[in-house]
Amino acid sequence: MFGAILWFAFPINKPGDTLLQNALFFVLGGVVVISALCVIYFRNPIYSALALVTALFAVAGLFIILEAYFVAAVQVIVYAGAIMVLFLFVIMLLNLGDEESLEDRLSWAKRVAVVIASLFFAEVFYITIKLVGSVNAPKVTSGQPVGDPKTIGELLFTKFLLPFEVASLILLAALIGVITLVHRRSDERSHTSSDT
Amino acid sequence: MTTEDMVKTSARSKTEDMLNEYIPILILTITAALFAAINLVLSHLLGPRKSSRSKLSVYESGMKPRGDARHRFSIKFYLIAMVFIIFDIEVVFLYPWALIFRQYVAAGPFILIEMLVFIGILVLGYIYVWKKGGLTWD
Repeated sequence: MFGAILWFAFPINKPGDTLLQNALFFVLGGVVVISALCVIYFRNPIYSALALVTALFAVAGLFIILEAYFVAAVQVIVYAGAIMVLFLFVIMLLNLGDEESLEDRLSWAKRVAVVIASLFFAEVFYITIKLVGSVNAPKVTSGQPVGDPKTIGELLFTKFLLPFEVASLILLAALIGVITLVHRRSDERSHTSSDT
Repeated sequence: MTTEDMVKTSARSKTEDMLNEYIPILILTITAALFAAINLVLSHLLGPRKSSRSKLSVYESGMKPRGDARHRFSIKFYLIAMVFIIFDIEVVFLYPWALIFRQYVAAGPFILIEMLVFIGILVLGYIYVWKKGGLTWD
């Protein structure tokens, strides 16, 4: 519904797009916006996490409309799958409890968040204005869509080989980091050996 | 019609065909959402609600519930989730590699070495986790 309103308000039609593509863009965009708002406004962090899953799925749908099929699949597998599992575990680990006690603990974080959010908003606003002014969005010249897994593979293993190998180092760092975090805890526990 | 135009139209119809392949998924998604929503709304509207004290109490396998349901989880779950994510991302990188492997390996084994280096670094991490006892629960 929200998307439909947007669609009538701003009928942006790129030349090659089908009607279905445009309609779906605004429906999915509406789902993203509404579920993102739900993430913020739900009081229970678990509900927020579930709303975030919805948002991530809708973003995957947006990627499909953009013909970025591989990115869409990764969005579902990594973000809506793995990252969300991590989020849920962290929510349960922290055991946040009610929001009121959290609010006075995070009062300074709120102020920082306002500054960062307004900076981000200004940035997005600037880019949007700039792009709307010149409707020369980068065009895909070849027949192969950019988000095609084959195209990504070819670029990844030739032009972007070094970043790809560096990615494995980043993953390794994450692996060692988590062991360091978790292991110190279990060491402390074995020293005190009172609580389990 | 020039050849360039023909190439353009064929490219266009190719991407459209690929998009059309996703229409069943769209229909499935809508059907699943409607199925869930309609069932919830119907049971809310039609189901009789006679609540009693014992009906509203927390169900705990027939036992009397005690304490809060929100216990602090073990940090081990965080380790499991992180290890899962890291090897999940590794598998994601394997997929585009597998698609172009046959084409590139004809020119030489370089693409195989690239992936072996990538996996090798992660195997080092795996061995590290294993040696540190991250894979055992206690």
